[in-house]
Amino acid sequence: MKKTLLVAAVLVLYVLHQDFWNWRTASPLVFGFVPIGLFYQACFSVASALLMWLLVRAAWPAHLEREIEEQERKETAR
Amino acid sequence: LIPAIVVFIYLAIVLYIGIFAFRRARGKEEAEDYFLAGRSLGPVVFLLSLFGTNMTAFAILGSSGHAFANGIVTFGLMASSSGLIIPLTLFLIGTRVWALGKKYGFMTPVQMFRDRWECAHIGTFITAVQAALLVPYIIIGVIGGGTTLSAISGGRVPYWFGGAIVALVVMSYVFFGGMRGTSWVNTFQTILFMLFGTIAVIIIGSSMGGFKSAVNALQASPATSALLTRERISPLYFFSYTFIPLSSIAFPHIAIFCLTARKMSQFKKTVILYPLCILAVWLPCVFLGVMANRVSDSPEIRHKIEARRMLATQGRQMQPDERDVLREEANGDDVLLIMLNRYAPLWLAGILGAGIMAAVMASDSQILALSTMFTEDIFAFYGGRRRFGERVQVQTGRLFIVIITIIAYLIALRAPESIFELAIQYAFSGYAALSPLLVAALFWRRSTKWGALAATLWTALAVIAVALFQSHTPAPAPGSTTVVATLGGWDALTRTPAGTAIFGFMPVVPMVIVSTLLMIFVSLATRQPRAETLARYFALSQATRRETEERAAQAA
Repeated sequence: MKKTLLVAAVLVLYVLHQDFWNWRTASPLVFGFVPIGLFYQACFSVASALLMWLLVRAAWPAHLEREIEEQERKETAR
Repeated sequence: LIPAIVVFIYLAIVLYIGIFAFRRARGKEEAEDYFLAGRSLGPVVFLLSLFGTNMTAFAILGSSGHAFANGIVTFGLMASSSGLIIPLTLFLIGTRVWALGKKYGFMTPVQMFRDRWECAHIGTFITAVQAALLVPYIIIGVIGGGTTLSAISGGRVPYWFGGAIVALVVMSYVFFGGMRGTSWVNTFQTILFMLFGTIAVIIIGSSMGGFKSAVNALQASPATSALLTRERISPLYFFSYTFIPLSSIAFPHIAIFCLTARKMSQFKKTVILYPLCILAVWLPCVFLGVMANRVSDSPEIRHKIEARRMLATQGRQMQPDERDVLREEANGDDVLLIMLNRYAPLWLAGILGAGIMAAVMASDSQILALSTMFTEDIFAFYGGRRRFGERVQVQTGRLFIVIITIIAYLIALRAPESIFELAIQYAFSGYAALSPLLVAALFWRRSTKWGALAATLWTALAVIAVALFQSHTPAPAPGSTTVVATLGGWDALTRTPAGTAIFGFMPVVPMVIVSTLLMIFVSLATRQPRAETLARYFALSQATRRETEERAAQAA
């Protein structure tokens, strides 16, 4: 279930990148000089960082890390 | 001359970092230490160096040049899509490549492919295709270095001399410092060009009297209002571009770099902060590129805008050669340099020039990757290490670095830059089409060496076909297209001003889709590797995963 939700979150963000609704307009100008299309994509980058944080928290491949640690422990013991 | 002196000081610092790394590694003539920094990079160097390795000259000069001509679309097209896809591939693929490299001692992706798919010469073929797609980057790095140094010094340093200095500095620190020196230099360079964007925005913004009036003026003029929207790019082209960042993890220098982390947990910060680093570098450059259209008191920029206007209004009546000349005149890759010369004080222009040099000199990682591939995938694989030992292998790698840099410099002196810019355009699509190899090797048990061969062969042929098509069909005038083939009433193959479109998509889309399908169907039709080999890649991982999950459940 958790995996499905995370995959869905990635797909939703990917779809949100195609913001066709901002295509032909510059208004409103955020802070008086940033066109809305540029502001939206900047916010998208922040959202990407948040999604990555979520992925690292919820789906980190810890088993790979553990496998290597065990291998290193065995090598050190030898 | 002051900016040029500051840049020379910067080059000396970079050279010193490489030699310092050499001293640190003295006595360790092992391949793993030289080519992978002994798999020992810490979190900060890993993040900044990986980011710097991914950011070529295009991140600063090309992004502002593209935004100068196309507007704010540049950020969504190239930056924010990369901010999602690249960290995602690092999270899914990079971590696994690291773990397998640590477990089985792999130093290149092809070593993993050879082991995973039980193949020998197919691996050599994949190495050859990867190398062929990488060489143009090294040449363009030398060209960029020569051009930038010449521009910063106001023409006092000639192009041939500037290119030679940049090539010599890069060659020296890669030669002496190997991966350790290269990643330290990359870290220093990344800090520089991240600072660059912020300082440039503040200086240029205050000199222009703030951005509000400039943006309002751009919006009010029919000739420039489209730059604040995405009208100049079609939504299909915008969508297609999201396939390009798939190339990042398939680039040998990025995949090899993934093997340098001391611990897998070092990927965590990199994955999370990567989109923010892209935002910090690209947003100012794109914004300033758009703002350059309001710098009416610069004759160079006025000339570029005039060339662009002529191309748009009279381009259709012109011969292809005349259009190419105008395109070259309208090229905005140097608008940021022009704005800095116009607005920044001399000493600051020097520091910012060093920031630009930092981005231009990104070819170090590619040179080192080529050397690693040559010594590991060819020299060591065909018995060189067994016969001559590891010390000779490292020396061969160093010799290879010298030879490849000299060849790149000689080519850069003679061939026009546009050829290599075009080659890089194909290389991104080519590497994106090679990404299914990594996905299949890591996640699909049923994949085979024949599937990998089919996908690689397709990639090579598709890149050649697109290159031939674009060189034989001249680019049309802006706003028009040349339809070459139709299918069922649809424009199947079109030559556009920016390149090629297949059913409206960039070639990268069909290239990746066909590569994936070939990997699937050819693998299904051929015999998979032995069960023992598969067990080393999949069964053990699953068992350990179960164990980890059980432990986590107990802990909870």
